[in-house]
Amino acid sequence: MAAALPLAVLGLLLLGPGGRGHAEPPRDTLREELVITPLPSGDVAATFQFRTRWDSDLQREEVSHYRLFPKALGQLISKYSLQELHLSFTQGFWRTRYWGPPFLQAPSGAELWVWFQDTVTDVDKSWKELSNVLSGIFCASLNFIDSTNTVTPTASFKPLGLANGTDHSFLRYAVLPREVVCTENLTPWKKLLPCSSKAGLSVLLKADRLFHTSYHSQAVHIRPVCRNARCTSISWELRQTLSVVYDAFVTGQGKKDWSLFRMFSRTLTEPCPLASESRVYVDITGHNQDNETLEVNPPPTTTYQDVTLGTRKTYAVYDLLDAAVINNSRNLNLQLKWRSPPEHGYVHYQPAQDRLQPHLLEMLIQLPANSATKVSIQFERALLKWTEYTPDPNHGFYVSPSVLSALVPSMVAAKPVDWEESPLFRSLYPVSDSSSYFVRLYTEPLLVNLPTPDFSMPYNVICLTCTVVAVCYGSFYNLLTRTFHIEEPSTGGLAKRLANLIRRARGVPPL
Amino acid sequence: MAAPGEAATDLEVIRGKRAALFFAAVAILLGLPLWWKTTETYRAPLPYSQISGLNALQLRLTVRVTVVFTRESVPLDDQEKLPFTVVHEREIPLKYKMKIKCRFQKAYRRALEREEEALSLGSMQEAETMLAEPQEQAEGSLTVYVISENSSLLPQEMMSYIGPERTAVVRGITHREAFHIVGRRVIQVAQAMSLTEDVLAAALADHLPEDKWSSDKRRPLKSSLGYEITFSLLNPDPKSHDVHWDIKGAVRRYVQPFLSALSAAGNFSVDSQILYYAVLGVNPRFDPASSSYYLAAHSLPHVINPVESRLGSSAASLYPVLNFLLYVPELAHSPLYIQDKDGAPVATNAFHSPRWGGIMVYNVDPKGYNGSELPVRVEVDMVRVMEVFLAQLRLLFGIGQPQIPLKCLFSGPKSEGLTIWELDRLLWARSVENVATATTTLTSLAQLLGKISNIVIKDDVASEVYRAVAAVQKAAEELAAGHLASAFIASQEAVTSSERAFFDPSLLHLLYFPDDQKFAIYIPLFLPMAVPILLSLVKIFLETRKSWKKPEKRD
Repeated sequence: MAAALPLAVLGLLLLGPGGRGHAEPPRDTLREELVITPLPSGDVAATFQFRTRWDSDLQREEVSHYRLFPKALGQLISKYSLQELHLSFTQGFWRTRYWGPPFLQAPSGAELWVWFQDTVTDVDKSWKELSNVLSGIFCASLNFIDSTNTVTPTASFKPLGLANGTDHSFLRYAVLPREVVCTENLTPWKKLLPCSSKAGLSVLLKADRLFHTSYHSQAVHIRPVCRNARCTSISWELRQTLSVVYDAFVTGQGKKDWSLFRMFSRTLTEPCPLASESRVYVDITGHNQDNETLEVNPPPTTTYQDVTLGTRKTYAVYDLLDAAVINNSRNLNLQLKWRSPPEHGYVHYQPAQDRLQPHLLEMLIQLPANSATKVSIQFERALLKWTEYTPDPNHGFYVSPSVLSALVPSMVAAKPVDWEESPLFRSLYPVSDSSSYFVRLYTEPLLVNLPTPDFSMPYNVICLTCTVVAVCYGSFYNLLTRTFHIEEPSTGGLAKRLANLIRRARGVPPL
Repeated sequence: MAAPGEAATDLEVIRGKRAALFFAAVAILLGLPLWWKTTETYRAPLPYSQISGLNALQLRLTVRVTVVFTRESVPLDDQEKLPFTVVHEREIPLKYKMKIKCRFQKAYRRALEREEEALSLGSMQEAETMLAEPQEQAEGSLTVYVISENSSLLPQEMMSYIGPERTAVVRGITHREAFHIVGRRVIQVAQAMSLTEDVLAAALADHLPEDKWSSDKRRPLKSSLGYEITFSLLNPDPKSHDVHWDIKGAVRRYVQPFLSALSAAGNFSVDSQILYYAVLGVNPRFDPASSSYYLAAHSLPHVINPVESRLGSSAASLYPVLNFLLYVPELAHSPLYIQDKDGAPVATNAFHSPRWGGIMVYNVDPKGYNGSELPVRVEVDMVRVMEVFLAQLRLLFGIGQPQIPLKCLFSGPKSEGLTIWELDRLLWARSVENVATATTTLTSLAQLLGKISNIVIKDDVASEVYRAVAAVQKAAEELAAGHLASAFIASQEAVTSSERAFFDPSLLHLLYFPDDQKFAIYIPLFLPMAVPILLSLVKIFLETRKSWKKPEKRD
């Protein structure tokens, strides 16, 4: 958009009754919510939900006017006659065993499932076009969805909203497990929020922190819902959800404490003026008055108890629309501290960077007597770049040995001796305490077989076939163009002469 | 014993030579064409000569003007020569390879009884309604009525009148040269209502050299099958302003009538949205004198880009989007005014960006802040807003202010905000633009095919090219015949077909196939096969030369 010109003259005759109509009360509402749950493993899960409800029947109107509901998605609903749309982008995997059950489930990669309305005639064509458009809106490779990865489930994916019939021929489901989720997917997702990322809970959505997590899942759900209790007409509901899991250990030097600022590098400053509800819930289930195991700061005004996912939970509730919550301190930085002393131990982990540095894992553990301790590390085999393979790649690659340094209690207390005087074999390691001695053990190096490609296969095939063709052709050519003629032997071969010599010796007439 | 043996050997040698020659012949006659045929890129035949012919196409635009004389308009002896036809043709001087000639084909006739009656009525409006009723005029044609010199239909000092439909009225004269003078007036009026150089220059702005036509010629949107119009209300400060606009009513009342008048030029879809926390990309300057903020003219181009990322591209269609933004400045920056190049505030507080849309700044009435707490409820005055947006919409469609000749009365458009001849003029311009675009697309495709040998042309692409060429030719014929509506449809078809051919993905299938890789694959096969053939050919050649030389030595 290069040049802009001020509009100088305007002669326009406006016509017709210029009555100004009174604007109707807003027909759409926004609710936003953040749930922070400390997980059993010590990580912290944060789940954002933004729900826009629009009391409008999208299909009926010719000209559509959007307020809180994003135009891009509204146009999709009316153009492709959508009944429901569920799209999620996930990086990482929710470890149910360590983290407990999730609020919102999503598979790794991108998942899209759509119910079309029964007016759609060619569902496959609409599905293809829709996935292409969505791929444009969310900057994702959803355009790779085609008939090879699309299915029509008949039992597991029922409509989540209002539905008249459930004819499964109008359902399409696809997953792209390889889809990598990154900032370019988050930015268009944030743009759909009415308050963008300028106010309210969405201030916390800072990309570089959200992707510095063990789990990141963002989703868009569109479905029709009842407008009122009697369900006389329908409204459209757009839910934008985002869940992240922060590895509190790594960022918090082994402590399980967290604060909003530490997780998001932002604090809440003002509520979104468009939201009719804006709340933060903090899971404080372990919290009871007697022995304070944890402390939330600022102290919550209200708590909320409920049974979710099969367990009774207690949540501290902060309502951002309540002026007192933010006004006291100009901003809200929720903090949670664990009172109980952290377990003794030290873990230092430095992750590897490809082609720059290896992994380093150091653990300081106190082992109980007569026990076996097993430390296992999982790894994945990867293909190297083809120039990085050694000349004998099938031999395998070495992983350097682990080191175990220990202070072992001594059976007999050693006499303290002068360090300089003692024999050299005693004095390599300084001994601070005479009741124990220092040992350093090394494990065997590990030889790992990496998958090796066949480096020369394509050219071999070409050369081999060409050689076969050339050999056949060559002998054929030779056979046809060579001149063969019989040559009379003049004196006979060596064998004949030898035979005649023997014959003469024996007195037999020669041949 | 030796002689028959040698004869047999000679026979063998000759047979061997023949076999080698036969191999070479098979390799050249059969192998080479086979190899050529199997590795060739498929190219359906294309009408190259016709395409290059399009480049030198002469567009002749015919405007049919019917001139109707009432009884006392010109001297009687002149009237007796009626009816006859006069052609007024002139070339439009554009620096463009396509020659454009504009011809006004005037058909003179005498007024009918009913027309006489209508033109003798007291006022122009009555006369117009009476004239308009029974007859349907073809698109692009004009009817000019010549009335008597002292008719009271027009005010005394006015010489002509241009109506909202395809009619105009010219005052006649009783003079010896009457015919000549009236003819000139008719042409003047017809040019005002129909084709002018400006209109065509604007339509061809993309195809003309840069220097001659300034950037405001490039203001109108490019021709397309449809357009999306989006009205966006930007409220960067929802904490202070609770803005409401009755866009639904405004669209129904003002925009829809205009668009339905324009519907011949394309499909239109309208929607609106409200964007919160959407800020302009430029920080306004403070003007202490008037304690207001202003945006200088030179900073306006930077305003649009940051906003555009929030507007949301139209996901559901491929038509170009026209954006109209109503910006309610935040409390800290209001009131906000737009300054023109001289530093004076722009009366409308709005500006537009060519081919993109328009932006209007709507300042909240400062009285609203008094006494009430934030947020202030703001009701947008849609009449004021729509006046600006509709004027911008007209400009963006290339419908400028009509250039009315001197001493001419202009009735102004009817309630839709668009006269019918303005629409005709738009269709003329769009048809010419479409023909030019389709020609350029086809020519570039032909050039590209000549330059890059790896482009595949499938049969369906070829048929699109044929269709486009035929449509261009048809459009040119219809333009020359003065059938505007069918010319416009044909030109649209030409553009659609040519672009579909040009952007067909199958063109690129074999584009990346470098020569060095080709040879890496061919050489292991071709070398072992070619070497024996070449060697035996060389041997045969040497032997024949020896046998030619031998007889010479004997001599």
